[in-house]
Amino acid sequence: MFKCKTSPEVGGMGHSVKRKEDARFLHGKGKYTDDVKLPGMLHMVMVRSPYAYARIKNINKEKALAIDGVLAVITGEDLAQYNLHWMPTLLSDTQMVLPTDTVMHQSQEVCAVIATDRYIAADGAEAVEVDYEPMDAIVDPYKALDKDAPLLRPDKEGQKDNHIYHWERGDKAKTEEVIAKADVVVKERIHLPRIHVASIETCGVVASYDKDTEKMLIYLTSQAPHAIRTVLALVAGHVGLSEEKIRIISPDIGGGFGGKVPVYPGYVVAIAATFLIGKPVKWIEDRSENLVNGFARDYHMDCELAATKDGKIQAFKVSTLADHGYTDSSANPSKYPTGMFSICTGSYDYQHAFAELDAVYTNKAPGGVAYRCSFRVTEAVHAIERMVDKLAAEIGKDPAQLRLENFIKKDQFPYSSPLGWSYDSGDYEATLKKAMDMLGYEKYKKEQAEKRAQGKLMGIGISTFTEVVGAGPSKDFDILGIAMFDSAEIRVHPTGKALARFGTKSQGQGHETTYAQILAEELGIPYSDIEIEEGDTDTAPYGLGTYASRSTPTAGAAAAIAARKLRDKGKKIAAYLLEVSEEDIDWEVGKYFVKGAPEKSKTIQEVVFAAYTNIPPGMEPGFEATHYYDPPNLTFPNGAYICVVEIDEETGAIDVKRFVAIDDCGNIINPMIVEGQVHGGLTQGIAPAMYEGIQYDDEGNVLNGTFMDYLVPTAVESPHWETGHTITPSPHHPLGAKGVAESPTVGAPPAIANAIIDALSPLGIKHLDIPITPSKVWDAIQAHKK
Amino acid sequence: MIPAKFNYHKATSLQQAIALSQELGEEAKYMSGGQSLLPMMKLRFATPEHIIDISKLEGLSYIKEEGDLLKIGGLTTQSEMEHNELLKSKYPIFGDAIWLTADPSVRNCGTIGGNIAHGDAANDQPALMIAMRATIIAQGADGEKSIPIDEFFHGFYMTALEPGDILTEIQIPKAKKNSGGAYHKVERKVGDYATAGVAVHLELDDDGVCREVGIGLTNLSPMPMRLERGEEVLRGKKITDELIAQVGLIASEDCEPDSDLRGSEAYKRAIVNTITKRMLNKALERARK
Repeated sequence: MFKCKTSPEVGGMGHSVKRKEDARFLHGKGKYTDDVKLPGMLHMVMVRSPYAYARIKNINKEKALAIDGVLAVITGEDLAQYNLHWMPTLLSDTQMVLPTDTVMHQSQEVCAVIATDRYIAADGAEAVEVDYEPMDAIVDPYKALDKDAPLLRPDKEGQKDNHIYHWERGDKAKTEEVIAKADVVVKERIHLPRIHVASIETCGVVASYDKDTEKMLIYLTSQAPHAIRTVLALVAGHVGLSEEKIRIISPDIGGGFGGKVPVYPGYVVAIAATFLIGKPVKWIEDRSENLVNGFARDYHMDCELAATKDGKIQAFKVSTLADHGYTDSSANPSKYPTGMFSICTGSYDYQHAFAELDAVYTNKAPGGVAYRCSFRVTEAVHAIERMVDKLAAEIGKDPAQLRLENFIKKDQFPYSSPLGWSYDSGDYEATLKKAMDMLGYEKYKKEQAEKRAQGKLMGIGISTFTEVVGAGPSKDFDILGIAMFDSAEIRVHPTGKALARFGTKSQGQGHETTYAQILAEELGIPYSDIEIEEGDTDTAPYGLGTYASRSTPTAGAAAAIAARKLRDKGKKIAAYLLEVSEEDIDWEVGKYFVKGAPEKSKTIQEVVFAAYTNIPPGMEPGFEATHYYDPPNLTFPNGAYICVVEIDEETGAIDVKRFVAIDDCGNIINPMIVEGQVHGGLTQGIAPAMYEGIQYDDEGNVLNGTFMDYLVPTAVESPHWETGHTITPSPHHPLGAKGVAESPTVGAPPAIANAIIDALSPLGIKHLDIPITPSKVWDAIQAHKK
Repeated sequence: MIPAKFNYHKATSLQQAIALSQELGEEAKYMSGGQSLLPMMKLRFATPEHIIDISKLEGLSYIKEEGDLLKIGGLTTQSEMEHNELLKSKYPIFGDAIWLTADPSVRNCGTIGGNIAHGDAANDQPALMIAMRATIIAQGADGEKSIPIDEFFHGFYMTALEPGDILTEIQIPKAKKNSGGAYHKVERKVGDYATAGVAVHLELDDDGVCREVGIGLTNLSPMPMRLERGEEVLRGKKITDELIAQVGLIASEDCEPDSDLRGSEAYKRAIVNTITKRMLNKALERARK
């Protein structure tokens, strides 16, 4: 286990200190974008399409403009005058800001109403008359490729059908050959449906342009304020927005989960509106708007897993159809259109794999949000973990045993995966065994056998996942060419207290505490003496933001290295103060001392004070350092999750009796915060496994666009999470840390699905797609009874 | 999520509220807890011009036994009922239902009168009222009226209340010796409306013969429904497992569910069978205590 180097008062790594940010959150004093009120501020409300696919014949603004307080109705035609009606996506596609002639999905923004208050703006939106000519929508992605399917994107030059791109990785011929010759091959089509991130705070913006200073001030619910500033400068440079004149402030954020990475049309319209009107404009999504726009997942995966008759895995092949909606606006900064999907070979040691993917357009909302996972890792992990369980069932081997026999061994790291990743470290066997011990695996296997003999439905499901996080090394990632480093800038004041600023942006992760703990670990300055700031592009060093569990792997590493630069400077000052040579100085947390004479020492605070008051001749005064960290590799957190369920055969009700989660995220900065991250992530794992999924009818209408029908689980639905850790430090990260936030969201769904399917297996049920609801279970039971 | 413009009137007395309603006409709506009406207004499904807020009217929030009756004031909140000692000790069916209704903050505002007067078959209280054979007392321009529960529900969001009427009291026959009730609903998650719900109330004589029984169903028909054929099977008989199984089957046959996001018609018919049996057994157990 990790041994703390610092005292609880200093609060370095390994201490469960309370979160510094919580006082303001618990007292209701957090300041969110919707709390921003500027003098003369106007309010914007969107008119949205009731149809999934329709031609806009006419937009009549008259009745809306007649309402006292409505100042403007902005349409795509209006934006077209400034060439702002389309915007580029990260993946070289294009997305409408506002349409000029066609709406491509239900609830798409049609026009924006600007008024003196939000109520009047809502009345104005109601009064806008739009004349639509509905067309037949493409909802089923498999039908999007039909020969007679209408061409959804005739605006794109050279686009002949609804196919967006083909991607592949691995040796296709060899993989197919191994599969063809294998003793056992299990196959399944697995769908991970669209889900919403459903953060408690919806998205929003307050944009304020000052015509005199030409400064554009933007308060934004953004996980990546610097990146958005650069994007804005690049796409709106032609109307006069220049990067040094743009200031983006991400205030407190009430949950991001990837949903606050993209640029939404509402942001662009609000920015255009303040630019034209010269008054601040606020746009805040309401809950329904948030729920019907943007999505994560939506991969249809045809999987084949080949093995010997004893269960030695030999090859994995997955062919995927991806439903991207009407544009590929995936919030994916990797160099690969499918992100990290090629992690799909999992935690197992075999040579042959092939993954391919075809993406298509449909009449659904764009998005491709990486919901609490590093760009398609959830899809990848679900595919391999379901297939491994299916293989175990097929050959009649215990799924834990099958995994233990196939794991990459501890001494094989760094491990080159068949699809090209270099896994940094792990001890998969120890992690699974710890989970099995904590659960009492054998006891439950026995209980299951007894229950089955009585005709009762009980299941045990395992998931032993490998994550890939910390975007990322510049060989794999960039945003518009900008490498995906992150940054830390430390200023230690004369009295030994510090201010540190970062290029990341917390949305609830607790950065104000954990970054302070990293600096406390490295400098010995108590964490409580260190202020952390993020989110203001005018003050924070450039960074790419927070998502993909990247803050600790990138900015956390930058903090450690910047602090070490300061420690080196401090050593020189200490040597000067103690009148010895630098080589004679040693460091223990918080203190420099003379080797062999520990009574001759200077505290870090004394050294810092000297940096301002008694500087060695020729040395630059002050005690400040900055570091930009481009990681040499990604980190590969992993875990073993085991779930036990019982199912009421009469009603299909699923009772999660136990859920044990052992995570290995390397060295841990704050165990309490990690515990909280894991609890939240597991709850967001049970969500798609048993509750959530956007449902569409044949016309492309979203059927569950409110929280009444879009079922976000609460504490009541959450089982008692039992958590634990193994610790295998990352060899390439300065702190040996890996990042943890996404592991539970990625790892939990297959454990739950595997448990439910295991429970139903005596009835002959071999697979169910998530979400697995009681009614779906009941339907499956009936179908297999007949 | 922003309602259309409306005028807000705070009622100061029952008579003033009724007079105001008469004056403002059909475009006026009463609001007690507002937990059904306000969401409909925010979605602009309902756009009343006038809201008459009756939530602060005095003297309409109480729970008491008087003579042969249990009387509950129309403005009694679900939370007040949830924590009421009389209901907890003698009428546990209310606890069963209220624990499954929405969430604490909704129950702090939502009233029993509103839950029933809304006329929504998805609400939980109507099934309880049917099972316990309640009488609804209302005040209107013509004075007080008393409506048996079987004459109260007229259709989808429609009740026997006429414009201007305010539901002031629920009257339920007082719990007798050897009587008991139980309610359960299957819901997709906490706070959800019922996929299917069943309320059972029964009374046994000293020999254990079923003297009276009421069975109400939630969200399985366009309006709150009494399972008459099931009641007939049990009335005057010693309740056996066979009879209970028979009533479960009748429930699945007689209910009128639609397939929707909560499940297929077949699924709902199957689970109403199960819940009916389980609630009959639970009510029986309580009656025998």
